[in-house]
Amino acid sequence: MIYLTLFLEFFKVGLFCFGGAFGMIPLIRETVLAYGWLTDEAFYDFIGVCESTPGPIAVNVATYVGATQGGVFGSICATLGVVMPSFIIILLIAAVLKNLTKNAYFAAFLSGVKPVAVALILATGISLLLKSAGLTGASFSPHVPSLIVFALLFVVYFGVKRVCKRSLSSIWLILLSAVMGLAVCLMLEYYRVAV
Amino acid sequence: MLWQLFFTFFKIGLFTFGGGYAMIANIREVVVMRHGWLDDDELLEIITVAESTPGPIAINLATYVGYRRRGVLGSVLATLGVVLPSFVIIFTISLFLDAFMANKYVAYAFVGVKCAVAFLILKAGLAMLRKIKKRPLPLVLFGTAFVLMLVCELLALSFRTVLAILAGGFVGILSYALSQKPPEGGAA
Repeated sequence: MIYLTLFLEFFKVGLFCFGGAFGMIPLIRETVLAYGWLTDEAFYDFIGVCESTPGPIAVNVATYVGATQGGVFGSICATLGVVMPSFIIILLIAAVLKNLTKNAYFAAFLSGVKPVAVALILATGISLLLKSAGLTGASFSPHVPSLIVFALLFVVYFGVKRVCKRSLSSIWLILLSAVMGLAVCLMLEYYRVAV
Repeated sequence: MLWQLFFTFFKIGLFTFGGGYAMIANIREVVVMRHGWLDDDELLEIITVAESTPGPIAINLATYVGYRRRGVLGSVLATLGVVLPSFVIIFTISLFLDAFMANKYVAYAFVGVKCAVAFLILKAGLAMLRKIKKRPLPLVLFGTAFVLMLVCELLALSFRTVLAILAGGFVGILSYALSQKPPEGGAA
């Protein structure tokens, strides 16, 4: 039963994720939270893992959730589910509907979908930022290490962009932030113990 | 030829980090320059198709190229090839991740990683926002969806992503249909 649920839910994810690599994050998050497959915290940790391993994020999350919920067979079901919609749609376009993307109604549909997809990505990013900084919920308690790391990342990213005229790739940002997180947390821990 | 399709996309799947557009240059080098399976115009056309259909761009490209070269069997093998590396890697990681995350120092490192993930999501969102056409309808759709989702997030209300996406598409079609009849343009 879990196999069918995994397949169908990730099929839905594959079918409705517009907007590239990050376009699927809001829908995947909603799905894994609704079933309790991952906590919010674990989900974003895993996105960090995905950014430092090869392959599309959606496939990675499907494989991981499938594996933790249903072993090898579960991960096969979830991965097949997430891949199937694009596979079928592209086959249809390549074989029969060659002009689908030039159809005016299809273009109109997309012109409505795209701004919504962008809005969902940005809202997700802001909500994650506020949550990891501890600025949401009834107990207003700023999470100092996150705020420091975020400020550092911001400075380093734009500093590198300005000085070297190039952007840090996501994998470098992830590695850098891991080192910063470790350093900042250890330092805070040290001073709290020492002072 | 069939095995070549499989192995070529296996390699593409293995060496593209972060997915999405990072892999297009890599795919172009292999598919256009080395094997001559497509020319640049065809690649551009496929990228346009991939952008307007759901799903990861890597999978769309693999399916399309596989079908062009060797029909349905080719598309199955190319798609399997591109998915298999991440499948094997993530499955292996899934066996150890919980124990790994339980380590105190790893947890500290992930305090930082979470900041980078937020940073990357915001960066991608802002880049996409710049590409939205600055006309009333897209901007209203953007604003409504943005405020709705953020409010739902902060008040812990349930938000339906699929409904929001479909509603956006419906409004898009509706405004197009309305603008077709009276030539002065439909109301948003």
